[in-house]
Amino acid sequence: MSLELLTILDPDGKAQKGKDPNLPAKELQRLYRLMVATRALDDRGLALQRQGRIGFYLQSTGQEASHLGAAYALKDSDWLFPAYRQPGILLLREVPIEKIIAEWFGNSGDTSKGRQMPVHYSFRQANFVSISSPIGTQLTQAAGAGMAARIRGDDTVFMTFCGDGGTSSNDFHTGLNFAAVYKAPVVFVCENNGWAISVPSSKQTCSESMAIKADAYGMPGVRVDGNDLLAVYRVCKEAVDRARRGDGPTLVETVTYRIASHSSSDDAARYRDQKEFEAWKKKDPIARFQLYLKHKKLWSEAFEQECAEGAKAAIGAAVKAAEALPNPGPETMFDDVYMNLTPQLKEQRQELHDLMAKGGVGAQVGHFPL
Amino acid sequence: MTATQTKAGDGKTGTKVMTLLEAITDAMRLEMRNDDRVVVFGEDVGKKGGVFGATAGLFEEFGEKRCFDTPLSECGIIGTAIGMAVYGMRPIAEIQFLDFIYPAFDQIVSEAAKMRYRSGGEYTCPMVIRSPYGGGIRGGHYHSQSSEAYFCHTPGLKVVIPSTPADAKGLLIASIRDEDPVMFLEPKRIYRHGKGEVPLGEHVVPLGKARIAREGTDVTILCYGAMVPVCEAAAESAAQAGRSVEVVDLRTLVPLDEATVLASVKKTGRCVIAYEAPKTCGYGAELSALLAEKCIEWLEGPIVRVAGFDTPFPYTLEHLYMPDEKRVLAGIEKTFSW
Repeated sequence: MSLELLTILDPDGKAQKGKDPNLPAKELQRLYRLMVATRALDDRGLALQRQGRIGFYLQSTGQEASHLGAAYALKDSDWLFPAYRQPGILLLREVPIEKIIAEWFGNSGDTSKGRQMPVHYSFRQANFVSISSPIGTQLTQAAGAGMAARIRGDDTVFMTFCGDGGTSSNDFHTGLNFAAVYKAPVVFVCENNGWAISVPSSKQTCSESMAIKADAYGMPGVRVDGNDLLAVYRVCKEAVDRARRGDGPTLVETVTYRIASHSSSDDAARYRDQKEFEAWKKKDPIARFQLYLKHKKLWSEAFEQECAEGAKAAIGAAVKAAEALPNPGPETMFDDVYMNLTPQLKEQRQELHDLMAKGGVGAQVGHFPL
Repeated sequence: MTATQTKAGDGKTGTKVMTLLEAITDAMRLEMRNDDRVVVFGEDVGKKGGVFGATAGLFEEFGEKRCFDTPLSECGIIGTAIGMAVYGMRPIAEIQFLDFIYPAFDQIVSEAAKMRYRSGGEYTCPMVIRSPYGGGIRGGHYHSQSSEAYFCHTPGLKVVIPSTPADAKGLLIASIRDEDPVMFLEPKRIYRHGKGEVPLGEHVVPLGKARIAREGTDVTILCYGAMVPVCEAAAESAAQAGRSVEVVDLRTLVPLDEATVLASVKKTGRCVIAYEAPKTCGYGAELSALLAEKCIEWLEGPIVRVAGFDTPFPYTLEHLYMPDEKRVLAGIEKTFSW
């Protein structure tokens, strides 16, 4: 097992000989466009939070290549058990931006009906399973879904994500162990972005890397430059193919960096070395891919403008449309606890209804920002 | 007052005398034949057929794909069951003893219970977590606990506890067919005691319907699981002393059949609640609060809880810890003299 960091694109954007996956020009431009749009989406999300229009936001800035490169290796019929820092996958899978943004507002346009904090998406149409906040739980669930696919004999592959902090969770051990024992078709992507809120990855583990942990579970572990979209794609494509062949799971560690703070509630400047941050900022995955496109003569000022302006316009229109939607009705709070309302829930719903009808109950509480 | 439905399912009719344990196996066998999405797994459930024998014969009939052993991790058993359910299967996950379920608590409470709600109904978790619970087998702290209240306190979960072989089969089939996650807790103390007639073939006992185990007019006992036969024995003794005791077997703790509970207590005007779990914040506390809220004007005496004590479950002194017939009888008397 190699702990070498697999890279394809040099810092100047040149692909190393023999390693370029040679994706079609249109696809390369599409991936670039998606990275640009993902960053624009994150910028707008944070801005809306700072303006007090949404309650919370969590950016993926600097990790666009890591999660887009990984998910691009899947077929649309493959499933994702995501963590909370892979928003680009929603754009890749063509989830309407308005639906994404309605989730931030938690209003009636939100597929989750306003039940979760912003960025905890669920999009069944994209085979993108509902995100929760507890760290790592999705890893074991992905293993279980993979076991189910094997039992049923279908060829779905499951990709699941965690961060470097996630490798310390119970479910990291459990999920990898179960997936390996049952040869489940799962690709575990650990996006090692250096930080779990304020705790550096050096304090999560004494292992030389996250990828090396795969060895203990009897599965391949690969370490890849997470700011190099082509390298992430290539490694994950091999892992996806391997899973689909029935040869079992793989752990992919994408080495990247969390450019933003953990979330809108955090200020990384309080605990992070500015020099480290500046050094990583220079390794921007979008800039590196742009250089690659330039070498390939697939980039122009006009193309750049089209990507940036296109994303901005689409996001702007979506914010406008999503923000105009009303909140979910009070009665919806009681739906989906179970398939059918229990007698107790019916009674409690009626109680709230009656109190509201009398007036005085239901004033907005929990002011933004949190 | 029984809500049991019995239909001719796979052509088999009539009944057979079974233990509660055999009825559980029968339910799983039937549902695995009916629905190939149903799989059962856990520690030692494969070739061994489970430490109590609940899955005996399933590995032989359905093969390793549908009845299999897992690595020793409750978190893994439940976490993978959730993934399977979300993907469209109907997993039955066995936790060997309820005392060992805590590593899976996060997956049960944060994930299975909330999947439907948090995804706006896009993803669901139709799965059954089967686990033997309760004392009376000389199992000490870690093979005896009744921790049902933790799960009753989590919206999104259903909690089912049978007390007879027929109910064990009918409630388990209903649980497997339910669209939501069900905690199916099995009173292991009476796994092999008290055989009973069990309908062959299709037999469904709907969730959320209590059973009047014994009719009476002077005092109601609310109970479930292994406490039911204890309370029935106490009711029999009380009858000889001239007290007419109604015994209500709740069968489903969530959702509770409030209508049956309230009707019985309004009729008798007195209530004893018997449960094995530690008294404080146990399920009996909820029942007691319910009665205080909804039928205090019908009560002619205090609501009395006869429960386990607020200690860890003891080994040598378990016979003193667990409510028995005498303690239930003392509880009955307390509702008359206060």
